[in-house]
Amino acid sequence: MAKKTIRTIPQERTPIPVQDAAARVENFDEVALGYSLEDALNECKRCLLCPEPACVKACPVAIQIPDFIDAIAKGNYRAAYDQLSDANLMPAVCGRVCPQEDQCEGVCPVGETLEPVAIGRLERWLGDLAIEEGWAANPYRKPSDFKIGIIGSGPAGMACAADMAKAGCEVVVYEALHAPGGVLRYGIPEFRLPNHVIDAELSNLTKLGVQIECNTLVGRLFTIEQMRDEMGFDAVFVGTGAGSPKFMGIPGESLNGVLSANELLTRCNLMGAGNFPATDTPLGLGRSVAVIGSGNTAMDALRVSKRLGAEKVYCVYRRTEAECPARLEELEHAQEEGIEFHWLTAPVEIIDDGQGNVSAMRCIRMELGEPDESGRRRPVPIAGSEYEFETDMVIYAIGTNPNPIIGQTSKLKLNKWNYIETDETLATSMAGVYAGGDIVTGAATVILAMGAGRKAARSMKTYLGLRDSNAVYDAEPDGRIDSLFGIDAEEKNFVRVRLA
Amino acid sequence: MLASGFNFLGPWLVVLDMSRTTTDASGSLDDVSTFEIVNREDFSDVTFLIEFRHPQMARAAKPGQFVIVLLDEHSERIPLTIADFDRDRGTVTLVIQAVGKTTKEMQIACCVGKTLFGVVGPMGVPSHIGDARKVICVGGGLGVAPVYPQARAFKEKGAYVIGVVGFRSEDLVFWRDKFESVCDEFIICTNDGSVGLKGMVTDGINLAIENHDDIDEVVAIGPPIMMKFSAEVTRPHNIKTMVSLNPIMVDGTGMCGGCRVTVDGKQQFACVDGPDFDGHKVDFDDLMNRLDRYVEEEKLAVKKWSKHCHQTYLQSQSLGFH
Repeated sequence: MAKKTIRTIPQERTPIPVQDAAARVENFDEVALGYSLEDALNECKRCLLCPEPACVKACPVAIQIPDFIDAIAKGNYRAAYDQLSDANLMPAVCGRVCPQEDQCEGVCPVGETLEPVAIGRLERWLGDLAIEEGWAANPYRKPSDFKIGIIGSGPAGMACAADMAKAGCEVVVYEALHAPGGVLRYGIPEFRLPNHVIDAELSNLTKLGVQIECNTLVGRLFTIEQMRDEMGFDAVFVGTGAGSPKFMGIPGESLNGVLSANELLTRCNLMGAGNFPATDTPLGLGRSVAVIGSGNTAMDALRVSKRLGAEKVYCVYRRTEAECPARLEELEHAQEEGIEFHWLTAPVEIIDDGQGNVSAMRCIRMELGEPDESGRRRPVPIAGSEYEFETDMVIYAIGTNPNPIIGQTSKLKLNKWNYIETDETLATSMAGVYAGGDIVTGAATVILAMGAGRKAARSMKTYLGLRDSNAVYDAEPDGRIDSLFGIDAEEKNFVRVRLA
Repeated sequence: MLASGFNFLGPWLVVLDMSRTTTDASGSLDDVSTFEIVNREDFSDVTFLIEFRHPQMARAAKPGQFVIVLLDEHSERIPLTIADFDRDRGTVTLVIQAVGKTTKEMQIACCVGKTLFGVVGPMGVPSHIGDARKVICVGGGLGVAPVYPQARAFKEKGAYVIGVVGFRSEDLVFWRDKFESVCDEFIICTNDGSVGLKGMVTDGINLAIENHDDIDEVVAIGPPIMMKFSAEVTRPHNIKTMVSLNPIMVDGTGMCGGCRVTVDGKQQFACVDGPDFDGHKVDFDDLMNRLDRYVEEEKLAVKKWSKHCHQTYLQSQSLGFH
């Protein structure tokens, strides 16, 4: 077969069907509808199958992207899924929520001249197919006697749990809320990540033998020290997330109608407040809603408010659209849905209606000045540009602080911002205790947290003296006699050895 | 469609539901997570006690902490201060006032043998039981129960404990014997004077302060207005006064920020920074305003629920269930 080049592949990126903007603001159904088989096969043709793929290096969990795309193209869907799920047990989730434009798709060589290969959409298609077919990653596992405790059932904890379960360990995941999934459950709305997708991919974990214990607040019900010393855990991973919402400290923040995006999203996604009074948790949505911030959480808050029937929904951000940290697709979707964006605007005061509720917000216009330490131009207020607009709800989506519970209840060393301090292997100050995700790095993305979970799992395996299955493909300079094609004969717990 | 959200519509449905849970639970009563109710007492037509099994929680619980309860899958997450815990029996006790829709539902559904959908806790920073030699433990309304473990803890540390509790009238009084067993002095205040001192708990606090000029600390738990006035009574005497705040919460783990309260001019999250704060520094007006956030929604939910219950009752009559 002739070698594929940039000239021989389909030039246009296969579009993904989306729900019409006018219709979707009325419902919570998914916005992007996903590829058909035909779409997926067509998009697979666009991958050049680079021998040294940049996309794999740019993927926080190191999915062998060209390999799975090649398998799809050849019609070996199950093999493609095994390939994919080896690195990532939650492809249907990640295909939907990863910022691919900054990762795999951002370095795709096709993207230098054309639109990059739609890796995220292919990942989602394959993940959805696996859910539909009921495929589960089920590699041979050599049972080990180790017991691993994972704190937090969000992306970091689940990725770590998956790798440790594959290594044959007994894994118990503790979750403080009554439903597992962490930010995937309480944070990301249905129209971006349906609950049935989370459920399906979590059930793959339980099929691997992972136990999930909800309603368990580690630190208060028992401590990390107790897990290690009394409950028989050989290693513990802390993936509790950053979680604690930031406010600005401007006047009027304690008025009714001011809330964090976390509260809005938790009420809606986890507690079903959109259906009140059929469900018991109320929301009290305003007729006009102003969201401060423009990251992915802000986009979710804006679009949830719109769908629940707010007449006016404003986004207030102190920098410009160019600096907007949200995933590109989310920003575009929000704009299509009629969200009003106030760029270069910062709130200075929230105004009382005289009865303890929000009636308006006073803002000031900004301009971009000199670059700050992050390299972005610092927004500077323009004197005398203050103005007021009416709104009855103000939502803060300006980031998070670390959750204080682990710090209050354990002797783990924290850094000066109160995040957990780890070394480069994600080991904490306590032997056998690892940490990763937002509680180490501060608020980031689902996939970075999953990458951290996998990294911590590798370190845990080294700590416990378990062989890391990923090491198999590394060159073995000592020329072991009991290895076959570089694969250790003992190393059966490796999916790629199994024929699909 | 609505029925899925209302599992406990009336007495007859509760009976059906009970039979299901008992068969489900038989033989599989796990140590930690079934949340089985083992005891129930009714103190009045709105106040009732439930005691549920959770050995791990009973072991971990300390005075001042709270739990979040979910009655069923569609329920609100309700924060409730722990009223008592028994490490030997492996149980935790809550005292609940049926005032909103969910608590009214709980009043009907929470019978012995029923399992709750979820209970998470203990949550919050435990009360600091310091070296105070003489303390007044004040409980009003729903706060009477949760102040008990604090009184007991102070007693165990050797302090002289004065209990002050307030009720509307004699028939609503509960746990008198429990308090008397841990208090060196015990003052009951009733609005109508049917037992003890006629007046509010603030009158009880004043009386105790008059009799003792060496009070080191006052702990007050109850409705915000009661805690506010208790703090005002002790302020001129400069007696340290700790209060336990009860703002609206969702997750209770510091994640939503719904429970923020203003203390000493700064915002604090009651669920992870509290629930205990220095009563002289708390902005109670702010707390009370925030507690009114969902008054309208709460009324709507109760109204809708009552109507539904009534219809279900009529239906059960016509179907000949009684």
